[in-house]
Amino acid sequence: MRPLLALGAALALAGCGGTASSGGGRTGTLTVFAAASLTDVFGELGDRLEADNPDLDVRFNFAGSSALATQLTQGAPADVFASANDEQMTVVTDAGLQAADPAVFTENVLEIAVPKGNPGRVTGLADFADPDLALAVCAADVPCGAAAQAVFADAGVTAVPDTEEEDVKAALTKVQLGEVDAALVYATDVQGAGSDVEGIPFPEAEREVNDYPICTLAAAPNPAAAQAFVDLVLSDAGRRALAAAGFRTP
Amino acid sequence: MRRARRDGGVPLPLLVPAVLGIAFLVLPLLGLVVRAPWSSIGPQLAQQEVGSALRLSLFSASLATVLSLLLGVPIAWVLARSRIRGRSVLRALVTVPLVLPPVVGGVALFLAIGRTGILGRPLYEHLGVTIPFTTTAVVVAETFVAMPFLVISVEGALRAADARFEDAAATLGADRWTTFRRVTLPLVAPGVAAGAVLCWARALGEFGATITFAGNFPGTTQTMPLAVYLALQRDPEAAIVLSLVLLAVSLGTLLLLRDRWLSRSTVG
Repeated sequence: MRPLLALGAALALAGCGGTASSGGGRTGTLTVFAAASLTDVFGELGDRLEADNPDLDVRFNFAGSSALATQLTQGAPADVFASANDEQMTVVTDAGLQAADPAVFTENVLEIAVPKGNPGRVTGLADFADPDLALAVCAADVPCGAAAQAVFADAGVTAVPDTEEEDVKAALTKVQLGEVDAALVYATDVQGAGSDVEGIPFPEAEREVNDYPICTLAAAPNPAAAQAFVDLVLSDAGRRALAAAGFRTP
Repeated sequence: MRRARRDGGVPLPLLVPAVLGIAFLVLPLLGLVVRAPWSSIGPQLAQQEVGSALRLSLFSASLATVLSLLLGVPIAWVLARSRIRGRSVLRALVTVPLVLPPVVGGVALFLAIGRTGILGRPLYEHLGVTIPFTTTAVVVAETFVAMPFLVISVEGALRAADARFEDAAATLGADRWTTFRRVTLPLVAPGVAAGAVLCWARALGEFGATITFAGNFPGTTQTMPLAVYLALQRDPEAAIVLSLVLLAVSLGTLLLLRDRWLSRSTVG
């Protein structure tokens, strides 16, 4: 725990000091339910909040937004919910679980991920209609799959995927393992994947920008810390962390 | 003792935990049944994807069981009867899939027989064969996860079986293969059957290794557990219906088989 705190403190210092809202005094446990694509950047922001509030313990539940929305409507105790699209946030707000109206804090666009060296010689979205390539997309029921379908429909591409993955990380894993020639994932996933994966941006992605809304929850056991975390995410420091992870800020 | 058994009386220290245990196992099932949207169950089932997922599940689980029988019974015999060295290490290795999180099992299968795997790369480069994302991959993933259940059951049965029958067969001039076929196998048949049932049930419910190694595509690799998981993302009620269908079919099949086996074993 010590080195982690030290790291968090170093990060806070590097990030031009803590923001006004996250400064000191929050205690107890803060539970944040966040979309899997936020794993790295939220982890970093959580460390920063813990460094500013030594008596606060920030815990994350990272999973697909739809799984999180289901858990929340089933009564899972949480302070903050950050979704990777508006639909799953609507599931939560329709159930009346929010403490305040959700705010969009970042945006993400789709990108084509290919294994290092691009063995399938993929150049653009049209390659997803090539039956000779091994291709992965997300299933239509999860946010990245819904976005993929919209992009394909927009571009008039009849995709022939070999697998419809249950979440975006699973699709990315298949690229990292070299088992598919291309997958449609988010730009941030490519950025976070390191050198095993190369990204190919494509112009059609701009028509399907994904909003990330965040809100505090009405049943939050720790409302003060919840608000501090949301404020941190929306602050300049939060925006910088998100931008560094490949997210776009609205 | 014998009278107590005949009267059906269960000692209290066994009865209380047994009742609690049964309640613990049955209550979640009851939850599914109570929450099921019975009025919309017809249209839900009429969806084409449900039929194909169910057929694929039954087909792949059955094939995985056959494969497990062909490979697993010999493994169990080696573990229980042979005198080769390092049997305990061998047993630990064989049971690794039991403790491995299935998703990790799926990744391990990639590394072995995926396009870039140890065996998979030459297969792909020289013969153009790829296993992942095919129905074959579903059967492979299910066999990998389910076969250890069969091996453990059969090995237990072999250890419990009276080896003197085998000795007698050997004294009468039967070679080891004949002894295995004519004496050992009939002797442990109930254990093999129980192992096969366990194996089939595990294969039918397999999720993690399948979705990792075989992916998810309707008609080719989308088995019922995968369909249930994805339905849960969109429509929890549909997921409940699909779960109940899977449960009903598997319980029905097992009860049917059990009756057959029971009647046969009482004759034999």
